[in-house]
Amino acid sequence: MNAPVLDIRDLRTVFRVGGRELTAVADLDLSIAPGETVALVGESGSGKSVTSLSVMGLLPRKVGRIDNGTIAFRGKSGAARDLVGMTPEALRQLRGNDMAMVFQEPMTSLNPVYTVGEQIAEPMRIHLGRSRAQAAAAAVQLLADVGIPDPARRARQFPHELSGGMRQRATIAMALACDPKLLIADEPTTALDVTIQAQILDLLAKLQAERGMAMLFVTHNLGVVAEIADRVAVMYAGRIVETGTVDEVFDHPRHPYTQGLLRSVPRLGQATALKRAGTPLPTIAGAVPSLANLPRGCAFAPRCPYAIDACTVAVPPLADTGGGHGSRCIRWPEI
Amino acid sequence: MTEQPFLSVSNLTKHFGGSGFSRAPVVRAVEDVSFDVPRGKVVGLVGESGSGKTTIGRSVLRLIDPTSGTVRLDGVDLTAMSARDLRRQRAKMQYIFQDPFASLSPRMTIGQILMEGLGIQGTGTRRDREDRARAALKAVELPADAFDRYAHEFSGGQRQRIGIARALALEPQLIVADEPVSALDVSIQAQIVNLLRDLQTRLGLTMLFISHDLAVVEYICDTVIVLYLGRIMEIAPAAELYANPRHPYTRALLSAIPEPVPGRASRRQILTGDIPSPSNPPSGCVFRTRCPHAIDACAQVVPPLEAVGRDHRSACIRNHELETAEAVPA
Ligand SMILES: Nc1ncnc2c1ncn2[C@@H]1O[C@H](COP(=O)(O)OP(=O)(O)OP(=O)(O)O)[C@@H](O)[C@H]1O
Ligand SMILES: Nc1ncnc2c1ncn2[C@@H]1O[C@H](COP(=O)(O)OP(=O)(O)O)[C@@H](O)[C@H]1O
Ligand code: SF4
Ligand code: SF4
Ligand SMILES: [Mg+2]
Ligand SMILES: [Mg+2]
Repeated sequence: MNAPVLDIRDLRTVFRVGGRELTAVADLDLSIAPGETVALVGESGSGKSVTSLSVMGLLPRKVGRIDNGTIAFRGKSGAARDLVGMTPEALRQLRGNDMAMVFQEPMTSLNPVYTVGEQIAEPMRIHLGRSRAQAAAAAVQLLADVGIPDPARRARQFPHELSGGMRQRATIAMALACDPKLLIADEPTTALDVTIQAQILDLLAKLQAERGMAMLFVTHNLGVVAEIADRVAVMYAGRIVETGTVDEVFDHPRHPYTQGLLRSVPRLGQATALKRAGTPLPTIAGAVPSLANLPRGCAFAPRCPYAIDACTVAVPPLADTGGGHGSRCIRWPEI
Repeated sequence: MTEQPFLSVSNLTKHFGGSGFSRAPVVRAVEDVSFDVPRGKVVGLVGESGSGKTTIGRSVLRLIDPTSGTVRLDGVDLTAMSARDLRRQRAKMQYIFQDPFASLSPRMTIGQILMEGLGIQGTGTRRDREDRARAALKAVELPADAFDRYAHEFSGGQRQRIGIARALALEPQLIVADEPVSALDVSIQAQIVNLLRDLQTRLGLTMLFISHDLAVVEYICDTVIVLYLGRIMEIAPAAELYANPRHPYTRALLSAIPEPVPGRASRRQILTGDIPSPSNPPSGCVFRTRCPHAIDACAQVVPPLEAVGRDHRSACIRNHELETAEAVPA
């Protein structure tokens, strides 16, 4: 079997907020094989970005820290190394080289005062020791690879001269420059129009298949997960509540939160029947709890239609429901 | 036979910039848009960013002045109205914003926020205003103690309820809701859509519901208008638009929406290219640079909105040829 590129065990990440320590991510296990796309999905504040920042070593200093766990990463050297406790300098060597990232807002990664071509060339000069001319030529090729028309001219332009969709393509080109083993994409299409989102998802899937990279794809959109991912981890209040292959989890969800979430997504052409019948749209009652005030036991209990007294005793373990499918629900056999 | 529409928008056009000393090119935000909204009905305005949705919504309430065209509310031409007369009309028309965070003052209690609008309108005594504000809170299903709390104490969905309560307290007849659920999580979006639908039917409100997401508007809208680069591409009863989309852009938009069904992606149609700039829109059909069916003739004339079915119109010169074309993958 292929050894995983990323293997997170028992991760716990905490933040210091107003003299208190809040746990943003807890008990998190996640592994990604070469060529595999794993989606982390959940509503806002569920801990998706904190998980990806923990892997990249980009937690806000002094405020956020990894409190527990290991993050084994197998980069270009082929040997697995624990990213937890690695020096900031060692992490900097890996970022943009062995692992790369794409964010929701392309201007997070792009510098407005350098040309697009210079920015794509830079990681190749730093990490791969390419000459200026070599890197510049490779940058133009990368722009072509991500589907930007007239790449030589675009390479000479500044980010503000590109549309939002093209800027996101350019950040993808920059992320791919050093042929990373792992691409972390945090809501890379959330700020884009839906027809442009379709283009970018298509592009990411194609590039990933060509290069055999592992991809951690963070999104709040279940439709996007169905489209791009092989496996999915659903997060709620800092914990993975359900995980498995996309087919398994979407066709046979074994956690009440996943079920509720799937039912809440509007399906094209299906609301008319509900409207005619005078039936409201399916929802999940209540709202996500605040981390400062998590309920005891299962964090979903106050909103869960299946909740019983036993649910509030302890945080349910992630139970193996078979075939690599897991559910953090004590009543999963009945769900 | 038919009653006059409650809201009637005719040949609405709005251009930004391009005059005076500014050298920035004219932005053609809205071009020649006409539609009616019967009393008590909901019309959806849907399109990608920059398609002119907000500009139409703001022009309807005359929060901005259109370049040309008219907006009639209950037979009264708002576009010709003096500022003073307009103020009197304003109570009848309320705007609900996308961002519940930015639109609520952090220093006022929810009660003060709700009563503020009523005070500006000079409605009744303080006691009356408080009663109406409390009734509005109840209508949006917030607890009574919310009256004395501050906006920051509420979640995104609750803040959107407050925004809706603020609009309702004024007992408007027309509501323009501009992406009221776009900033919310999916499980909360459906709660707010249900609430708006319930209030709308109970109170007989007339509503313009703006969204960039075709999937969100189906439940609440009676009629849906699809916009692209400031122009109407298609207009149809909601059920009809999803069952039988006719314009190539509507079909592409429906096909682009990712649905939580594994395996569907392979059947999707992907448009090439970017959305053109509204300061330099293509000649003829504005969609032609991305349309898979474009022919030379598409660059020649702006396609008129033609009837393609009952209350169903589409602005494409190839409407009839493409009738049988592969519709949206299921
Ligand atoms: N005050 C303004 N000055 C100049 N241009 C403007 C102004 N307001 C809007 N525009 C332009 O008009 C066009 C239509 O804008 P509008 O805000 O109506 O779009 P929208 O459909 O609401 O888009 P979104 O989905 O991004 O909210 C855009 O190109 C926009 O940049
Ligand atoms: N810099 C920070 N300081 C304090 N709390 C933070 C910080 N970043 C994130 N958090 C908290 O951690 C939790 C998870 O956040 P995040 O991972 O960003 O959520 P999402 O799933 O939306 O990406 C949230 O409650 C958030 O408020
Ligand atoms: S453990 Fe209990 S409360 Fe939590 S999801 Fe399962 S049934 Fe619901
Ligand atoms: S008029 Fe031409 S370009 Fe426009 S939608 Fe129809 S076929 Fe496409
Ligand atoms: Mg995030
Ligand atoms: Mg808008």
